[in-house]
Amino acid sequence: MSFMTGVGLTSYGKHEGSSSLDLMSKAAQLALDDAGLKRADIDGILCGYSTVSPHIMLATVFAEHFGIRPSYAHAVQVGGATGLAMTMLAHQLVEAGVCRNMLVVAGENRLTGQSRDASIQALAQVGHPDYEVPLGPTIPAYYGLVANRYMHEYGVTEEDLAEFAVLMRAHACTHPGAQFHDPITVADVMASKPVAMPLKLLDCCPVSDGGAAFVISRERTGEAGVRICGCAQAHTHQHVTAMPGLSELGAEISIARAKQATGLAISDVRYAAIYDSFTITLAMLLEDLGLAGRGEAADRVRSGHFGRDGAMPLNTHGGLLSYGHCGVGGAMAHLVEAHLQMTGRAANRQVRDASIALLHGDGGVLSSHVSMFLEQVA
Amino acid sequence: MSERLADWTRGEEAITYQTCTACDHVQYFHRAFCAACGVTGLREARASGKGRVYATSLVCRAATPETRAHVPYNILLVDCSEGFRMMAHGANGLAIGDSVTASFRPFAGTLVPFFTKET
Repeated sequence: MSFMTGVGLTSYGKHEGSSSLDLMSKAAQLALDDAGLKRADIDGILCGYSTVSPHIMLATVFAEHFGIRPSYAHAVQVGGATGLAMTMLAHQLVEAGVCRNMLVVAGENRLTGQSRDASIQALAQVGHPDYEVPLGPTIPAYYGLVANRYMHEYGVTEEDLAEFAVLMRAHACTHPGAQFHDPITVADVMASKPVAMPLKLLDCCPVSDGGAAFVISRERTGEAGVRICGCAQAHTHQHVTAMPGLSELGAEISIARAKQATGLAISDVRYAAIYDSFTITLAMLLEDLGLAGRGEAADRVRSGHFGRDGAMPLNTHGGLLSYGHCGVGGAMAHLVEAHLQMTGRAANRQVRDASIALLHGDGGVLSSHVSMFLEQVA
Repeated sequence: MSERLADWTRGEEAITYQTCTACDHVQYFHRAFCAACGVTGLREARASGKGRVYATSLVCRAATPETRAHVPYNILLVDCSEGFRMMAHGANGLAIGDSVTASFRPFAGTLVPFFTKET
């Protein structure tokens, strides 16, 4: 058994003059304070990567900088799935008795530390160096291909996809830390600049600066508790060229494994925190995970199903699409928000019931998947 | 194993693929072994350049000066008739299911496969 005992999250957007280590440190301090723990209590560190400041030993660079001498430390790299993959590993290390309190941390000055072109180029390298990258694709193009096919097979429209951008923006408008606070409409999304069709600017997450951290512990440190029930992964491919058919993607495999590991069903879930790098990512994952029927996720957005007061509140902080995306920390914000909801601390965003949460992350081009169930413990 | 045939990734006007002599698995990304069964007996061949469009995405925002000179350009996934899928460029307006044929065009300092509708 493991507990999520503390969370820390910076605002996302511009943090002019902050390095990746600065943002990691800020988030880590917030998480320690939230858990009521001191540096000496932390005996394990897992950290993500920084495209702005790559290092072959980022975890020990951070540990030295922050002032911790852990008995276990290394970085993890699974693209957008890194945050949940680290949490899964922390859970297992704690359960195995290797560590008592693990700090999971990521942060990056991806917006102000490098040009947008540099970010887009760095990320496009997840493509095959010989068979894809020479063709000049971008991450939006990889997902644009998937979107084109998904829309064709399941009758999803560009207007349907736009609904997810509008929902995430509406949620971000209620969170002071979000990168964007101007409401948008489906018409705004449709009229935004084409990036990699059918994806337009507002179908894509932004590039952000920010940091996020949490502490995974063997014992609870406070009154309100969140327990990690269980998690699972699936990795079907790396490159979009080698992606299996739409009915054989990793999200369906990892959620099936996570359900089996925990004995939980989708009908038990009260809050959803789902990876949303693009509108198509969110639409597909909701349907792959069983949070909506095939081709029906957009209708569920329109009916308010995924809103704060709906039956399945989703990414109430605004997600990657509107809270922001600073790399590994991006999807960790989903987990921080889930924790706040489960401990009744989400202020004006608080949902009625977040007793059981489902989290799902995706890395690459729907390549790597991590599903996780969290449970409130009174 | 036969000698590696040159293809577009090496500047030649050709698309090549590998077939496993043991299990008949077809693979596009060149390897010294079969990714399905692990044996090293692979037969290399030139593909016909014929296939069907699996998906398209028109890139309108590129990230380098060399690629920006070409926008908008259409990126395709093509299911080739030999049984493998590849990424390539293609004519604007191609749709899923279209039968296409490969030619080759310069792009950002290199040669890339470019598919057009079969007439």
